[in-house]
Amino acid sequence: MYTTLILVQTLNGLQFGIILFLIAAGLTLVFGVMDFINLAHGVQYMIGAYFAFAFTSWTGSFGLGLLLALPAALVFGLLLEALVFRHLYDKDHLEQVLATFGIILFLNQGVKVVWGSSPLFVPVPEFLQGSIVLFEGFFYPTYRLAIIGAGLGVAALLYVLVNYTRAGMLVRAGATNAKMVSALGVDIRRLFMIVFGFGAMLAGFAGAMVAPILSVEPGMGDNLLILAFVVIVIGGIGSIRGAFLAALIIGLVDTLGRTFAGDVLRLFMDPGAASTVGRAVAPMLIYILMAAVLFFRPAGLFPVKR
Amino acid sequence: MSAILELKHLRKNYGALAVTDDVSLAVDAGELHAIIGPNGAGKTTLIHQISGLAPSDSGQILFDGRDVTRAPMHERVRAGLARSFQITSILPGFTARENVAVAVQARSGSSFRFFGDPARERDLDAQAMEALAIVGLTGRADVTAGQLSHGEKRQLELAIGLATRPKLLLLDEPLAGTGKEESERVVETLLGLKGRYTIVLIEHDMDAVFALADRVSVLVYGRVVATGAPDAVRSDPAVREAYLGEEAA
Amino acid sequence: MLDTASPAAAKVAAPPPEAGATSARAPLIRREALAFALFAFFAIAPAIAQVGAEGYLLSLVIRAMIFAIAALSLDLILGYGALVSFGHAAFVGIGCYAVGILMAHSVSDLFVQLLATLLASALFALVTGAISLRTKGVYFIMITLAFGQMIYFLTTSLAAYGGDDGLTLPSRSAVFGTDVLENDLVFYYLVLACLVGVYALLRAIVGSRFGRVLRGTRENPVRMQAIGYDPYRYQLVAYVIAGMIAGLSGFLLANHIEFVSPAFISWQRSGELIIMVVLGGMGTLVGPIVGAMSFLFLEEILARITQDWKLIFGPLLVLVALFARGGILGFFRRKA
Repeated sequence: MYTTLILVQTLNGLQFGIILFLIAAGLTLVFGVMDFINLAHGVQYMIGAYFAFAFTSWTGSFGLGLLLALPAALVFGLLLEALVFRHLYDKDHLEQVLATFGIILFLNQGVKVVWGSSPLFVPVPEFLQGSIVLFEGFFYPTYRLAIIGAGLGVAALLYVLVNYTRAGMLVRAGATNAKMVSALGVDIRRLFMIVFGFGAMLAGFAGAMVAPILSVEPGMGDNLLILAFVVIVIGGIGSIRGAFLAALIIGLVDTLGRTFAGDVLRLFMDPGAASTVGRAVAPMLIYILMAAVLFFRPAGLFPVKR
Repeated sequence: MSAILELKHLRKNYGALAVTDDVSLAVDAGELHAIIGPNGAGKTTLIHQISGLAPSDSGQILFDGRDVTRAPMHERVRAGLARSFQITSILPGFTARENVAVAVQARSGSSFRFFGDPARERDLDAQAMEALAIVGLTGRADVTAGQLSHGEKRQLELAIGLATRPKLLLLDEPLAGTGKEESERVVETLLGLKGRYTIVLIEHDMDAVFALADRVSVLVYGRVVATGAPDAVRSDPAVREAYLGEEAA
Repeated sequence: MLDTASPAAAKVAAPPPEAGATSARAPLIRREALAFALFAFFAIAPAIAQVGAEGYLLSLVIRAMIFAIAALSLDLILGYGALVSFGHAAFVGIGCYAVGILMAHSVSDLFVQLLATLLASALFALVTGAISLRTKGVYFIMITLAFGQMIYFLTTSLAAYGGDDGLTLPSRSAVFGTDVLENDLVFYYLVLACLVGVYALLRAIVGSRFGRVLRGTRENPVRMQAIGYDPYRYQLVAYVIAGMIAGLSGFLLANHIEFVSPAFISWQRSGELIIMVVLGGMGTLVGPIVGAMSFLFLEEILARITQDWKLIFGPLLVLVALFARGGILGFFRRKA
């Protein structure tokens, strides 16, 4: 019984980590390549979820909804880039914080105006409903497995894109030394735009994928944003590989911590105190982890900048 | 003569590349010791190691009888080791006067004072103005440092170094980027300092080096290939081949 | 790696020179004209408020003054130290909870609560600052954010003190056993006195020897090391001072609304403090006061126009970021 719980929570942690990775991937590139602090990355995730909701209700099919939500998220990201972000690349970090915070306020309110403030629900597509028997006596929801699969697929795709294409090479070079890349005669602005749009689409994809298992509501991206920041800082800003590893670590630590912190502490203290302390410590675990990583490795696990 | 600075088998690697390689060198008190070498010879890295900006991978740095190999930069400065930077390093938003005064402040009294305007401390100000006078910036004292000309900034950096009352002054290409008149002005200032301060000078301008230096060390690919009086170094066949030969060609 | 500018350094532009202490030589009255005008406004505001909407307006001004204190403290490290702390609301929260927790244990004496506030925030600042200041630039932003989140989640888990829902205080702090602070006007002037005191204190600090070293470190940390300073020690002390003052603002906030809640500590609150400082004009000390007032008043005015005021407020922030370099003060300075 207990082993099953551990297994289920481990898979949940993986699934959460994959979602985090989808959000963090774009964020770490935008941050690493453009040295741009984009607090509005969380709302891109939220927008993706709302798009999935809107298109799913319109077409009546989650598959079609997802298919439409992706380009919509991309277009939306590019629009934001052209309207606002483009003009912020040369500004300092504080002005970027100010502007992107403004965008959060605007979009969180915007979705309220359009879709109302109560949570919305997207049905799990029929062919992914129910659970799969992984082995004797161990079930796991099919849709969550699908998220893990899709996420791993995207991660593999990203790996290929970043490592084996010209654009990917430029992105890597840009994360290491943006000045040098622009000195090579590359249109750095266009590169930024592509990276930005792509990152927005990934975050939107994450939002769309979780729409059937979470409620879609205003502000749903705010806390995810902070977790994504934790991920990219632990992984090393600008490193896709670091973001992937850190996302899985954070997903697992957070999920398992919330379930088992009390149980682990029970080994050291009386049950009452253990559950109290456990409940207090569990949500702090990832931040403690991050502080510890930065203490020993001030530039994260996979530093990119030279 | 006794050595104030002694480098023993100093080394610094960046990856597999040894930028400074087994550098041993002694700088005598009172001398002006120039370090020359082709681009990429490791001169600036050596200055970084001596000043503490870059840690050394191995070897030893003895300054004024004390092992400072592992000491952080600010401690070395307090021990009397001042430096200038190849790329001018000043406080651009401060006036010239305040740039120097804050250096004086570092060695006179605690800076954990939270009340009282330091600009009113006559002692700090007098010493700051004295240093500015040495480099000929008296008339520019109240100009914001960022507004000074490039040559004036180089002079200001020298004044900041002097204001720390150094026992040894490390100068990393003080003539870099200066025009003809400006560089004459800097050389003149350095001639005035010579004998009063121990100076280690990195410089590309050979005329200036041979006009100023008591001794010259030649650094090639991170190694010291020769040390001696300017004339002896100039005629050293190994140096001519490794370094001066390039310029003659 | 050896560049004088660290590659990981945050892109934080120093405020324009006229905003720094270079103007310290101008006559006191002229230099502080705006600050004096603001304080005078605060001093007579209660008289005006009597005529108008009374308590409501007074309460708004109190809140503006309290956040001005928090923003002022952030300006010390952000504007003068170039340290972008994204977890400053944690200190406000520590002040709030110091009051709340002591109240819950029937310790209502103002001085005890204040002492606890200052000690707790100083200790938290010392420990987290000592760790955070080892990192640079964006990593510093993120690690301060992490510490802020820790305090946030800690308070949500304090079931005995309301957890997520927060904690309602039975009363305001007692002064020598009296409930004199229950009088809104008395409390108003206490807050104003704190604001003026904090302003004067910070003005002295940034103009002092210590402030000079802090400002120098903002301009060029390597240069400061090269003349014999260890920037870390000065930044850490500044961080502790800022933390304690923010703690004070939390102490006042808890007393003002007689309620404490984890919501005061969420990362958005830290972001809002940054915005107040940048909005007003960082590295000026007057700026944060202007910023806090503008932020809260604007919020209030817009909220009266439409329920969806954030649709206006958000783009406004974007416009300020794009076009008003140096915040409101910088904008007007350029016009003048």
